[in-house]
Amino acid sequence: MESIKDKVAIVGMGCSKFGELWDKGSDDIIIEAAYEAYEDAGIGPEEIQAAWVGTINGMGGVTLSEPLKLNRIPVTRVENFCATGHEALRNACFGVACGMYDIVLALGVEKLKDAGVGGLPVGRGFHPVMESRRTGPGTFAFIATRYFHTYGLTPEEGKRTIGKISVKSHHNGNLCPKAHLHREVTLEQVVNAPLIAWPLGLFDCCGVTDGAACAILVRAEDARKFREDPIYIKGIGLSTNQILPHFEPNFDWIGFPMNREAARQAYEQAGIKNPRKEISLAEVHDCFSITELINYEDLGFSPQGRAKEDIDAGSFTLEGELPIQPDGGLKSFGHPIGASGLRMTYECYKQLQGKAQLPERQLKNVKLGLSHTLGGPPQVACVLIVGNSLG
Amino acid sequence: MVGIKSYGAYIPYYRLERSEIAKAWGGFAMNPGEKAVANHDEDSITMAVEAAFDCLKGMDGKGMDGLFFASTTSPYREKQCSSLIATVMEMGKEIRTADFADCLRAGTTAIRGAIDAIRAGPAKSIVVVAADCRLGYPYSQTEQSLGDGAAALLLGDSNVIATIEDCCSISDEITDVWRTDEDTFVREWEDRWVIMHGYSKNVGEAVAAIMQRNGLEAKDFAKAVVYGPDPRSHGGLMRRLGFEPAQVQDTLFTGVGNTGTSSALIMLVATLEEAKGGDRILLASYGDGADAFILTVTEEIEKVRERRGVKGYLASKAPLPSYGKYLVARRLVQLPPGAAIIGRGSATVMWRTRDWVLGCHASKCRRCGLVTYPIQRVCYGCQSKDDYDEISLSQKKGKVFTFSLDNLAAAGINPPIVQTVVDFEEGARLYCMMTDCDPQQVKVDMPVEMTFRRLHEFGDFHNYFWKCRPIREG
Repeated sequence: MESIKDKVAIVGMGCSKFGELWDKGSDDIIIEAAYEAYEDAGIGPEEIQAAWVGTINGMGGVTLSEPLKLNRIPVTRVENFCATGHEALRNACFGVACGMYDIVLALGVEKLKDAGVGGLPVGRGFHPVMESRRTGPGTFAFIATRYFHTYGLTPEEGKRTIGKISVKSHHNGNLCPKAHLHREVTLEQVVNAPLIAWPLGLFDCCGVTDGAACAILVRAEDARKFREDPIYIKGIGLSTNQILPHFEPNFDWIGFPMNREAARQAYEQAGIKNPRKEISLAEVHDCFSITELINYEDLGFSPQGRAKEDIDAGSFTLEGELPIQPDGGLKSFGHPIGASGLRMTYECYKQLQGKAQLPERQLKNVKLGLSHTLGGPPQVACVLIVGNSLG
Repeated sequence: MVGIKSYGAYIPYYRLERSEIAKAWGGFAMNPGEKAVANHDEDSITMAVEAAFDCLKGMDGKGMDGLFFASTTSPYREKQCSSLIATVMEMGKEIRTADFADCLRAGTTAIRGAIDAIRAGPAKSIVVVAADCRLGYPYSQTEQSLGDGAAALLLGDSNVIATIEDCCSISDEITDVWRTDEDTFVREWEDRWVIMHGYSKNVGEAVAAIMQRNGLEAKDFAKAVVYGPDPRSHGGLMRRLGFEPAQVQDTLFTGVGNTGTSSALIMLVATLEEAKGGDRILLASYGDGADAFILTVTEEIEKVRERRGVKGYLASKAPLPSYGKYLVARRLVQLPPGAAIIGRGSATVMWRTRDWVLGCHASKCRRCGLVTYPIQRVCYGCQSKDDYDEISLSQKKGKVFTFSLDNLAAAGINPPIVQTVVDFEEGARLYCMMTDCDPQQVKVDMPVEMTFRRLHEFGDFHNYFWKCRPIREG
């Protein structure tokens, strides 16, 4: 098995404005993200040889080929829960890495705000009765209940701990022009917000958002033909579990084996031994504040059971040792499901190029960026590591 | 001799004070007390399952020869309920099933049918289960009087706890209490005529006939278990028949309400719970005629005391805090639909997964011993293929591993939904909703038991599945 490290480069990216885009359809946000990426890469649509589109609500490759008029090239729709955006990019990587194509496009998109109600739908539809009223908040709250129980946090202590994560993400997102939510919140507001699924309140939950993000990929050796500052793929890990965690015997509900496995794969490919020290910035899957907390531990940023110490110490703020969610994350930038993995990559890409939108957001001395998605009930995790230099 | 071998009952967890109904409508409560109210996820099938499991406690459903279901509130107009209940009870396929419907007397009619089948020889043991959840018109007296509940009796011809000495039936054409095929709520003609020429006349005649031909008088019975639509009519008839108050089995009107088809059976279970060997019991029910029975309790009755029964379920309860919550529980109002539910009803999916959907079967790997729910063809522990035994979790107790109180999931019903992950001693883990609970009291490690409930109507049929609930200890 070979590593993907330094075989593929991203030479252009685009990201639509995220938000409740009442006046835009899926096609509009696809066009916005794709044309920013074309311009960034300095190419036109006619140069794209194959494309992958990630969306949970689309139908086939035409989701992409129709709005972009892609000259009858191969377009494949991929879907893997919340890792869908990462999956589009991952499969596009393989398309160029194997030599079959030279220039490919990966785009993730979701138009969620046409449903008529806030929040995502209930249930999954795999079986008529088995998960008929399962929800995202209802499931991720299982983690909070169990994490608080296991580590002896009272519900109040637990809610304050994860609440600080939301305060941080709102702060970061507020600085980010393309983010969905531009609003600072206080810890008191977070812990006293209306309950969505106890112990999670409104501010523990990410935005339900429309948006799209896009990447153009080439083989690493061709990258400098397109730009001076390409961003290289260092490692991609993907792990799917083998039983719904809700029914998994002995599963502890305080961290996910597929998170650890996806990270292990990516770290191994990238040659990372100490992620907390070596990673410069991370965008992790914070669909809920508690999810971000367990991700700190699963991805090796905090020791198991001790994320609270890092949260209290501010280790992961913009000024901290390892900035996590510099763009506000799913919480504040928003979570259009199919777009999220690519949106996270967009933030890593821009930060690693030193081109973060608004100079005051630019992080110093950055080399490696990590993005991570955790999808399903949850059942799949993806970790992508990108860097701004070869080797 | 043919008789009753075991008994069981079920009374829903929630009760509504009659004064709450009166308060809602600005009237007054005709009678004191409360009525038992089936939750929004209960119906006559689910209540029948509860009563039948109570009745068959410690027994194997596969030893039964049949199951008869009686109700005027069958969830189906066309489709057998007894076959569904028998499948949940793991009774196998080589059984006789039948639904007795449309008449308040259907419960005792089913008993007569079972007696005849056992006497004639083809069957040795038949479960008769009756359940009802009738609706009275809002604002009507009937709304205050009707309650929900179920009872089950196991009939057979050996080791009986009560022999059935004689039965007597009367049929009478009378449109006194009815629902047409289009009615939701019970209709009645003028009550004085209903009681005088319907209830009192028919029950009186059946009781008089069976006593006369057996040479018995009222004083010869330890207990008279006689259906009564309301305390006043019941009391009047019992006095006329010559029974002393101590002989009269209470109708449970004050604590449960008139449970229709299951009423006489629930009363009989209450009597059997207190009965001792040698007691002679009169059982009578009403509906388009009357059925009367004479039973004699045997010493075997001491062997079936470990039932939750009427006493247990009556004691285990919680009040519905308002009339509004009653309307939600009985699906008489629609709450905001909320977030869309991704659901596909499929009769074929439900059919081919019936072992774990209806039977609550987990798979236990023959190679590594891991128990997983639902059934996994390839073992999650060791990847062995199709090498497992099935074990049912439906009557096992578990404890809460983790939970959440989900307001998003509760579209159309009472929020919050208590989402739970439950661990069983057998090693299996199951995710389900918790029902019949106070969400604020749910805790990690809390003991729970499984309960069969109605989930939704996707596919335009009733989809049933298991939930957990705090253990109902009376």
